[in-house]
Amino acid sequence: MKFMVLVKASEETEAGVLPTEQELTAMGKFNEELVKAGVLLAAEGLHPSSKGVRLKYTNEGTSVIDGPFAETKELLAGFWILDVKSREEAVEWLKRAPFEDAEIEIRQVFAPEDFGEAYTPELREAEERMRQQSAEQHGR
Amino acid sequence: MTVTEAHRTIEAVWRIESAKLIAALTRMVRDVGLAEELAQDALVAALEQWPASGVPSNPAAWLMTIAKRRAIDHFRHVKMAERKHEELGLDLETVRQAIEVEPDEVPDDLLRLIFTACHPVLKTEARVALTLRLLGGLTTDEIARAFLVPEATVAQRIVRAKRTLAQKKVPFEVPVGAELAERLGSVLEVVYLIFNEGYSATAGDDLMRPQLCADAIRLGRILAGLAPAEPEVFGLLALMELQASRTRARVTAEGEPILLLDQNRAKWDRLLINHGLAALERAERLASTRGPYTVQAAIAACHARAGSSADTDWARIAALYGELAQVAPSPVVELNRAVAVSMASGPAAALPLVDALAESPALARYHLLPAVRGDLLAKLGRPEEARAEFERAAGMTRNARERDVLLARAKEVSGAPGE
Repeated sequence: MKFMVLVKASEETEAGVLPTEQELTAMGKFNEELVKAGVLLAAEGLHPSSKGVRLKYTNEGTSVIDGPFAETKELLAGFWILDVKSREEAVEWLKRAPFEDAEIEIRQVFAPEDFGEAYTPELREAEERMRQQSAEQHGR
Repeated sequence: MTVTEAHRTIEAVWRIESAKLIAALTRMVRDVGLAEELAQDALVAALEQWPASGVPSNPAAWLMTIAKRRAIDHFRHVKMAERKHEELGLDLETVRQAIEVEPDEVPDDLLRLIFTACHPVLKTEARVALTLRLLGGLTTDEIARAFLVPEATVAQRIVRAKRTLAQKKVPFEVPVGAELAERLGSVLEVVYLIFNEGYSATAGDDLMRPQLCADAIRLGRILAGLAPAEPEVFGLLALMELQASRTRARVTAEGEPILLLDQNRAKWDRLLINHGLAALERAERLASTRGPYTVQAAIAACHARAGSSADTDWARIAALYGELAQVAPSPVVELNRAVAVSMASGPAAALPLVDALAESPALARYHLLPAVRGDLLAKLGRPEEARAEFERAAGMTRNARERDVLLARAKEVSGAPGE
């Protein structure tokens, strides 16, 4: 099963402070461990929210709000996607991440079978049509 | 922490650490069987102590310390009993020196373990069981369930395999030169066998056992991390990831198989496809000529890149099968080439290729030969002959789901209106 590991932003990541060579080395080593164990699918860092935008949808229409955004705790600074056998395995891996002062969150990625009965054949079909369309738009 | 939670955590730690632990211990004691016993002892100690004391901050080091202590005890015992230690070529001092080395200092241990578990002195089933056990961290019971054989059979295979490795004094090493290529073939074959058993179950009621596929892909990725210069390792990894990307689209809600061209491509796993395509690119960059796994991955990539079945580049696929027939000739490859030719140039062009295979003894019991022939005949407007072929194919497959589909096709061609 797939898990997404969300790395919470901090004042430093929001201020655009880049990791030191030492930190990059430690993180590279950790990622290499993940690769060698065959569990890493993706890992990316995110630019500060000052470079981002938020879209807000209401009945009246859509508004586009430029960053930065408040509430550092609710922002993300990066993510991993891991392919592991259990939530416990994801936790055990992330316990080894070279963080000193940080907070992360581990969330399972939905697979269609997780939705159970509520995910009716009609909804499934609609979702699939949408994904198909999106794939075609991107020339895949 | 409750006992159940602790056990789940220990299971996770075991999955992460067991292979490295067994590999490092094998280097010390030079015996895979003994190394596994020592690692298991450490696991038992963890199961006893962690639920009460909590999981240590460095579980790998904890397990290693216990296992090393057991190793020293073991050899002390052996020495006192004055047997075998000379034969093993080890004395207590050598063991103690070996044990001083930290496991992380010798990164090739895991690679050595894969090559040992897949050594040609073992029968294929034994290699598969031992690889899943030592490298996949699967229990005997899990392996037995995955392959639908009694647990006792798997246990026996593993015991015998370990004994054979010890008796034949199989060295714990990665071979070099020409031997490397040959032995690597055996390693890749085992990983692909595990994948295929999960992807198209040869017996039983389920078409797939996804967990087995996941284990094989994980082994493939481990191998890629350990042997980053071997093109076919990446070729195999690409092949498995591209095939596995279709898992969700391959069966209906009722568990009926869906053929590749009828699959809903929106259900294909994009993340796995991107991974697979990246691995394929790497394989092609590393090699001057494509090996069999890489060519097969290139074929799978043609399907993955096509937005719809109508967009499939069949001419390229037919050419790739031609290339595959050069590097790994087999009647099955010819049969697949025939299918690609039929898609690229029509059923009339493909039928002679299939007919040429009719005499092949290797395909005498292969249900896909009559299935493909039936398909071509149906397209050529020869429904009666087609029906007979589908029925023949249904009689040959051992997979219940596949049999149902073939019988349905037999009915469909003969009952089609206007024929």
